Amino acid sequence: MTAELVIGAIKALVIVMLVLGLTTLMLWFERKGAALIQDRIGANRADIFGIGKRFGLPNFGIINTVLADPIKMFTKEDFVPDGADRFLHALAPFLALFPVLITFAVAPMGDILQVGSHTIDLQPANLNVGALYVLATIGIGVYGIALGGWASNNRWAMLGGIRASAQMISYEIAMSLAIIAVVVCYGTLDLQEMCRSQGGVWFGFLPRWGILLQPVSFVILLIAGMAESKRVPFDLPEGESELVAGYFTEYSGGKQAVFMMTDFAEVLLVSVLIVTFFFGGWQVPWLARDGFHFPGGTHLGLPNLVVALFEFVAFWVKVVIFCLFQILIRWTLPRFRYDQLMRLGWKGLVPLGLINLVVTAFVVVVAGG
Amino acid sequence: MTPISYYMALSAILFAIGVTGVLVRRNVIVMFLSIELMLNAVNLALVALGRRIGSMDGQVIVFFVMTVAAAEAAVGLAIILSMFRNRDTVNADELNLLHW
Amino acid sequence: MPIGIFAFLAALALIGAFGVILQSNPVHCVLALALVLMDLGVIFMGLGAVTVGFLQIVVYVGAIMVLFLFIIFLLNIQADPGAGLHLGLKLFGSIAAAAMAAEFAVIVVRTPKISQIRTLPVDFGTVAALARSLFTDYLVAFEVTSVLLLAAIVGAIALARRFAPPLMLVVPDPSRSTLATPPPDAPNAERKSA
Repeated sequence: MTAELVIGAIKALVIVMLVLGLTTLMLWFERKGAALIQDRIGANRADIFGIGKRFGLPNFGIINTVLADPIKMFTKEDFVPDGADRFLHALAPFLALFPVLITFAVAPMGDILQVGSHTIDLQPANLNVGALYVLATIGIGVYGIALGGWASNNRWAMLGGIRASAQMISYEIAMSLAIIAVVVCYGTLDLQEMCRSQGGVWFGFLPRWGILLQPVSFVILLIAGMAESKRVPFDLPEGESELVAGYFTEYSGGKQAVFMMTDFAEVLLVSVLIVTFFFGGWQVPWLARDGFHFPGGTHLGLPNLVVALFEFVAFWVKVVIFCLFQILIRWTLPRFRYDQLMRLGWKGLVPLGLINLVVTAFVVVVAGG
Repeated sequence: MTPISYYMALSAILFAIGVTGVLVRRNVIVMFLSIELMLNAVNLALVALGRRIGSMDGQVIVFFVMTVAAAEAAVGLAIILSMFRNRDTVNADELNLLHW
Repeated sequence: MPIGIFAFLAALALIGAFGVILQSNPVHCVLALALVLMDLGVIFMGLGAVTVGFLQIVVYVGAIMVLFLFIIFLLNIQADPGAGLHLGLKLFGSIAAAAMAAEFAVIVVRTPKISQIRTLPVDFGTVAALARSLFTDYLVAFEVTSVLLLAAIVGAIALARRFAPPLMLVVPDPSRSTLATPPPDAPNAERKSA
């Protein structure tokens, strides 16, 4: 009993550390990646006693983004605007961040790990209704945004908050339809089972990943996920030219840092969902629990620890690739206008999701017998 | 293991608090929130009793109650919206056109 | 569910419920009710109804309470100023509700107890069991509920619509214009024939 508690606590700690660390890393990818895409240098000034220069390395801006900026943000004065609701103003950033962080509890990071006599399932929380849990926590994320806008006693902040929450609940529906189609395809709501059933090969060499079964759902989830996290091209609620900074205009210092963290944590969350549902999660092509089974017939036996490590690293590499993809899209596409955004959500993605769901259900019933 | 009567007691107290809210508050939206509280107290009673007799019927009925409550909330809030547009108030005392 | 956890969740639910009826700012009331609903969702999960518990969070906390928040934002409803009015109503209302709660207590205590079924079916509370019930025993109710939702959507939109001002259907008459020079129609005629 205590062993399970300890194992659970360690898994939770690992994933929280990984998520927070990767969020900070995403911030750096964003800044330097944006600079690369826009053909400029980006942040390269902050340094600690000129250490980098001593080794002749160019300044990659890591100290700037990962060390200097957070320290600056957390030591700024934290003011609450006059006439604003103090309690809600303080609560909103954390209401925005908390649901995103707890969704990672059902992210399957690997298959099983044998430690002595214990078989550890590398998923922090093994829920048999994992997909429903994801939908629930994404729904709670709207509160922080709406309340952040309302509690600022600033009409443009409130307008930004209303726009942002309306956008979020619209694209939640599209996301739900995409996730439900995936659930119908795999026949289970458990994310770990979905990853496990993406093992194996078709025609001897093609890995049985979800994207070959549900390409339309992949597109819908990608677009809806990016709209849900209010990334460009869907970031009108935060548009600088229209609404100053939208719902977090009146936030400074630590609370603004928490809102920014929410943005990058949601990028990570959308990447984790896409990788789990459509790209096999932790599945490495041709890697089973006992080793590699290459298509030619060669079998390479590996101990369980190496296999688990392979799968763990493969999962996070895939997640980072999709995070980089979202950052790439951010700095490539211009912003949608609000009515175009709503039209895309309601008149484009929702009918597409419904048709996809019906076709998927039909195919599953006909093929499954 | 908590006895089911504790869940029923919690449900009854939540229902009574909801009734108090409807009777005492004059803001139409808060009255509506108290009605939702009453509906959820009943949901709790249904799930607890369904667990007690080991049947899924309790949960199915709760599913329907949730759906109907969602539909009712949408229509009720639309009514409140039109009332506000006509009378510019959400105080139940001032919505008294049918009063003698 | 162990009694300690139930006590904690019940206390949280009661605090939230009192917050709903006692707070003056409607936004605080909505948040208190959202707290109660999440709490009830967790209690449902503790009672074995995992699907219904998560559905409670998705539907009630994630959608209905957000709808309430939107309406409050849209109508810009401020905090209730009349906190000290209607004391008679508040007193008698509280007494009536307390009497009703006492009546419920008597009913709950005096009902003959049936023994609780200890061995539940293996898939109690799962999505599969709920779906099986919904699509076999309660199919008619399910279909009627979907029609009800459609009716609710149409009704809510019809009630909350704002009508655009009517378009101008009167074509201006050039012979009654008040311009100093008559409108040039020779260039227009050339353009039309081209």
